[in-house]
Amino acid sequence: MSLFSADRKVIIIGDRDGIPGPAIEECVKPTPAEIVFSATECFV
Amino acid sequence: MNYSVIKGSSYVLVNAPDMIIHNGTTQTMERLLNPESEYLKALSDHIRSYDEVVNYLPNQVYIGNYSPEELRKYKQPWHDKKLADESREGKFGEIMPQDEFIALIKIVDVFDLVKLTKEFTDGVREKLKNHKLITDDLLALLKEGEEITEIEGLITDHAAEPIYNKGDLVGCVKRAHDIDPSLKAEVLFENLVSKASAVLAALHLLDKSQINLEDIDYVIECSEEACGDMNQRGGGNFAKAIAEFAGLKNASGSDIRAFCAAPAHAMVQAASLVQAGTFKNVMIVAGGSTAKLGMNGRDHVKKGLPILEDVLGGFAMLISENDGINPVIRTDIVGRHTVGTGSSPQGVISSLVTEPLDRVGLKIRDIDKYSVEMQNPDITKPAGAGDVPNSNYKMIAALGVKRGELKREELNDFIINHGMEGWAPTQGHIPSGIPYIGFAREEILKGSINRAMIVGKGSLFLGRMTNLFDGISIVIEKNYGKASESKSVSEEEIRLLVAEAMRDLASHLQKD
Repeated sequence: MSLFSADRKVIIIGDRDGIPGPAIEECVKPTPAEIVFSATECFV
Repeated sequence: MNYSVIKGSSYVLVNAPDMIIHNGTTQTMERLLNPESEYLKALSDHIRSYDEVVNYLPNQVYIGNYSPEELRKYKQPWHDKKLADESREGKFGEIMPQDEFIALIKIVDVFDLVKLTKEFTDGVREKLKNHKLITDDLLALLKEGEEITEIEGLITDHAAEPIYNKGDLVGCVKRAHDIDPSLKAEVLFENLVSKASAVLAALHLLDKSQINLEDIDYVIECSEEACGDMNQRGGGNFAKAIAEFAGLKNASGSDIRAFCAAPAHAMVQAASLVQAGTFKNVMIVAGGSTAKLGMNGRDHVKKGLPILEDVLGGFAMLISENDGINPVIRTDIVGRHTVGTGSSPQGVISSLVTEPLDRVGLKIRDIDKYSVEMQNPDITKPAGAGDVPNSNYKMIAALGVKRGELKREELNDFIINHGMEGWAPTQGHIPSGIPYIGFAREEILKGSINRAMIVGKGSLFLGRMTNLFDGISIVIEKNYGKASESKSVSEEEIRLLVAEAMRDLASHLQKD
């Protein structure tokens, strides 16, 4: 079973000064996993 | 092209220990949700004294007494590197203690919303008499003060926001309307703090810039607060309110908001206004944010550190017509994070750094210094946010490697030579590109660098109107002298020249 298999639900918390949420989303989208939450946070 | 120039800049900090406890949102939220928390109980033991704040190396860099190069000589962390006998005054500004600042909040309040006790007023009046920028006219606005019972009554019965100094109640800010949430005491307190710290920055700028106050045409304010009423919640305008107190009788102004990127946007707009000839001298100014005091306090306390977010920040900058001397602002080298840029780190850095450089044929290494998000890593690293300036430099360097402008093994040298350690307090807009302007101007005037890029970023998604974030960059450069006025010839002049030539021809024909 891969990390992003169909039975996985993904929560994405991106960092504005690192990798923002939408960029991580794009990487997860080709996998069968379901993105249930994605946000970018500002830690400064 | 006759670019505009940076004629001066100022940087101020205000130590605000009681405001951390009572007005920083991390603490106010904790008090609402978990009033008996261990964090709140431990908080006061982690608050630094004013002397410690003055002798804190990054703060001394902010006001110009230490350079970014000197800061790099000290190994991180810096909170345990105790300096001694440092001055509250710096070449760029000062670090003001809380009591003097509370008096300044009263001074800039034109609606008599701020009430201070008689005892506190008398004490602080004596201190402020020694402040070279607080004139007698300003000092008179402190008035006489009120009885403590009156202030207690306003807090208990009329929802006024208390003002504390060293744990003692010394005053309050009244609400300006019974039910309007935009004019409640808490909002007015925040706005008056922003205004007062901006006025302080403006006074320092005007003191150091040797410009006639009457010559400033326009003020752009770029902090993060919103002033208005329930019908125009962010109506504005701080700029004109600050100009009034700075004595800028001939100035108008407006506010720019773009989360933390607002100062960089303000630079682009001010430079364009001056270059276009719309105004001759534009002041950019911003005060500090009480909400962000102690923002990462939980992590600092958990790790046994002092609360390092104990200062409000402010800055001001003067953009003027080209004088042939001061560094120019290259309005033709502006980078933008556009709606279509996307959010990949590569896309973001390309739009802000390499796209504008490509347009004018410059390479990444042609920029001597990059001023990015200059947050002090002492504050962010213990909170898990890492070294933010360093992360930004790594991304610029990585893009340089990808484009073949740098070799992989040169990456670390690039960060050291073209980057800096962060020294700015996490006041949002304050660290965003702007902290280096003062040093950059000096270094360019000295000839030790030729170009610096200022990069501002803002987290627009926090306002829940878009998922996008934002960024804008601009380059400042050595002044190679004023461009000569282009010789244009009017229609009338052409007619005269033709007439003269015809006369010459006629006289020749007559002679023949």
